[in-house]
Amino acid sequence: MYVAVKGGERAIENAHAWLAEERRGNTDVAELSIAQIREQLSLAVNRVMAEGSLYDPDLAALAIKQARGDMIEAIFLIRAYRTTLPRFGASEPVDTGIMACDRRISATFKDLPGGQVLGPTFDYTHRLLDFKLAADGDVPKAPSRDAETGTVPHVTEFLNREGLIEEAPHNDTPPPDLTREPLEMPADRALRLQALTRADEGFTLGLAYSTQRGYGRNHAFVGELRIGSVPVEMDIPELGFAVEIGEVTLTECETVNQFTGSKTEPPQFTRGYGLVFGQTERKAISMALVDRALRWEELGEDNVGAPAQDAEFVLYHADNIQATGFLEHIKLPHYVDFQSELELVRKLRREAGAQQVQEAAE
Amino acid sequence: MQANTLSGGFADPATQSAHAFRSVMEAMARPGTIQDIHGAAPPAPLSPAMGAVLLTLCDTETPVYLAGDMDCDAARAWLAFHTGAPFVGPAQCMFAVGKWDALTPLEVYPIGTSEYPDRSATLIVECSELASGATLTGPGIKETATLSLPELEAFQANRTLFPLGLDFIFTCGGRLAALPRSAEVSRSSSQARAQAGAS
Amino acid sequence: MTEYNFAYLDEQTKRMIRRAILKGLAIPGYQVPFASREMPMPYGWGTGGVQVSAAVLTPSDTFKVIDQGADDTTNAVSIRTFFQRTAGVATTTATSDATVIQTRHRIPEEPLHEGQILVYQVPIPEPLRFLEPRESETRKMHSLEEYGLMHVKLYEDISRHGHIATSYAYPVKVEGRYVMDPSPIPKFDNAKLGDMAAIQLFGAGREQRIYALPPYTQVVSLDFEDHPFEASKADHLCGMCGANDSYLDELIIDDLGGRMFVCSDTDYCEARQAAGHKGKDAA
Repeated sequence: MYVAVKGGERAIENAHAWLAEERRGNTDVAELSIAQIREQLSLAVNRVMAEGSLYDPDLAALAIKQARGDMIEAIFLIRAYRTTLPRFGASEPVDTGIMACDRRISATFKDLPGGQVLGPTFDYTHRLLDFKLAADGDVPKAPSRDAETGTVPHVTEFLNREGLIEEAPHNDTPPPDLTREPLEMPADRALRLQALTRADEGFTLGLAYSTQRGYGRNHAFVGELRIGSVPVEMDIPELGFAVEIGEVTLTECETVNQFTGSKTEPPQFTRGYGLVFGQTERKAISMALVDRALRWEELGEDNVGAPAQDAEFVLYHADNIQATGFLEHIKLPHYVDFQSELELVRKLRREAGAQQVQEAAE
Repeated sequence: MQANTLSGGFADPATQSAHAFRSVMEAMARPGTIQDIHGAAPPAPLSPAMGAVLLTLCDTETPVYLAGDMDCDAARAWLAFHTGAPFVGPAQCMFAVGKWDALTPLEVYPIGTSEYPDRSATLIVECSELASGATLTGPGIKETATLSLPELEAFQANRTLFPLGLDFIFTCGGRLAALPRSAEVSRSSSQARAQAGAS
Repeated sequence: MTEYNFAYLDEQTKRMIRRAILKGLAIPGYQVPFASREMPMPYGWGTGGVQVSAAVLTPSDTFKVIDQGADDTTNAVSIRTFFQRTAGVATTTATSDATVIQTRHRIPEEPLHEGQILVYQVPIPEPLRFLEPRESETRKMHSLEEYGLMHVKLYEDISRHGHIATSYAYPVKVEGRYVMDPSPIPKFDNAKLGDMAAIQLFGAGREQRIYALPPYTQVVSLDFEDHPFEASKADHLCGMCGANDSYLDELIIDDLGGRMFVCSDTDYCEARQAAGHKGKDAA
């Protein structure tokens, strides 16, 4: 005897209760605090802020806790929260030239004004599991020196003095806002960069890697990678001038890429650009490579059909919140559609069978 | 700022604009039907219906053109305060506001592009009456509908642009009606008879 | 949930969606781009429908949500609860009592009446998408009314299978102009799209499109003279209410693969049973 399944509401409530219990895990183990996540899982916090498009380390840490460490779920929580926030205005563009750099490296010049600063990087760690971390232990204080003051010039500026790299002319046009207007093709560079900065790290990395392996190769050198904090200023109309409203940590990557040129125009290096919230250098470098690959048209290069050159492909598939939602929605019931397919396939098979019988009889 | 600039908006914007939108949507979905709309008390020459439509649809993202008498300090100040909509000329507007004679000719308004026909202006026309009149057919109409229109030719010409074209909302006191670009407009049989009798 | 606005969305977002709905109604079948917001539920799970519902609901509405025709599927329950909480609207499972019905994959069996609004959740709003993946190209095709590709696809089906091999999300032409995706409803439901008394609104959140059918709009399922469109369903009666005119779900009821067919529209089936109709499998 068939009885229609009821009680979806209770099933959902119970599932949520179970989820909360699993999230907490064994209660004999101390609960994670938001501060612990913020301080000790800071690169996870940075990724959530970058792809969530909201600079708030505490909220990102909360999202990570709530999402049980599922990064895309955490990003989703931040995005959904972000959309509900009222907008008071837009900041002035940040000036990365006055960044207080924790890390600043150039792969194109051995030394340069401002120096090479390794900063807190994994780069030269030997990837050996550190079992000391498994036990509690204090960390010896890292050596320090006084911070440099003043601006740190961009590497590309040095190239620019010789005209060796394409100009990046100053542009005051307000960029379009991806979160307030539907994405529309063709997308200009400002819009592409905006989409890339919140794009899924893994997707961006994969695309960038594909350009290095020849799918739209653009010979990138890391002209400069810098990580540090910059002041955020906002123009207050009532005051008539801009005031500093806070500081954000950013990762900026400028690549120096293969040169262009012709009989009439002398060769010049080209640029790729990445700028991401927090210490997120894998993402920033990936972004710069993909940015450069997407610029093939304006630089007069061939479209070799590489995925990273295809703005429509890249921009429509780079957002992990869109992607994961649609991917996972196939878990939802589809039995109405499946039933219609079932009926159709049965009908086609019946007819094919009848035809075979008739042919055999003839 | 005058007192009536600050007053006359929705006291409870979320629910009042929801109700007002339903009136506008019903009107646009069912051309020729006349809907009540409440909640706004704008300064003259804006009617309560006109005010409610503007509060429901306009904000800083919607350039508005005020035509003729509607382009006055009272209307500008009220709209600026309650919606923040920028004021523009007819060629740049998303919404145009005025009496029919001030709004015409229609050639100046954006009618959308073949790829984006939705990027067209909506004209909100203040009328002295809303009643039966011309015969309407098309989407949203079971067989025929009827609505008093300021003229026929302009709407017939607009229909030939489909899927491009302008959409119209007619306001009068506390009521409104609408005419989307998809509507076919013709002289009603009674109008035709009246004209035949007169000539 | 006092920390959120009525029906969750902020007023500016609602205005933006409402403007898109009006343009959609004025250009039936045309997909209006809109700046879809991130909702507190995943893309692909009805965020387009939820945004449209949030933009049309008033506190005096009675809201019904169905998924696969049923009010009690988990995602339908989840969306209904969301609006109970954020908009405080009354809810119902009775089709005729609802003023706004949000649906995924079905049109209710009972004819809708004037004053009702049917909101569809749409995954891929572009009917040409699986023939041409590029939005820039499909937009051009719509603007030029260039639908040859679609006819070629349908005709290839006929030459391969003897029939058009599309059984859901079956494309329609609206008022002789735009080819439209009716969302993944079974083609059985296509006949209900045209000349409907209710307003039909379609929301695709992830794809950022809204489109609409005003009441009494002409909607024609694409076909060929020698292969006319045919609405189909399982050739059975409902095992519970005995209905012969409703779309049926097929259930596997035992280890031997025994089958039973029941109405997908749970409200329709329950109302018939309450009125004394009985199918062969009913207790």
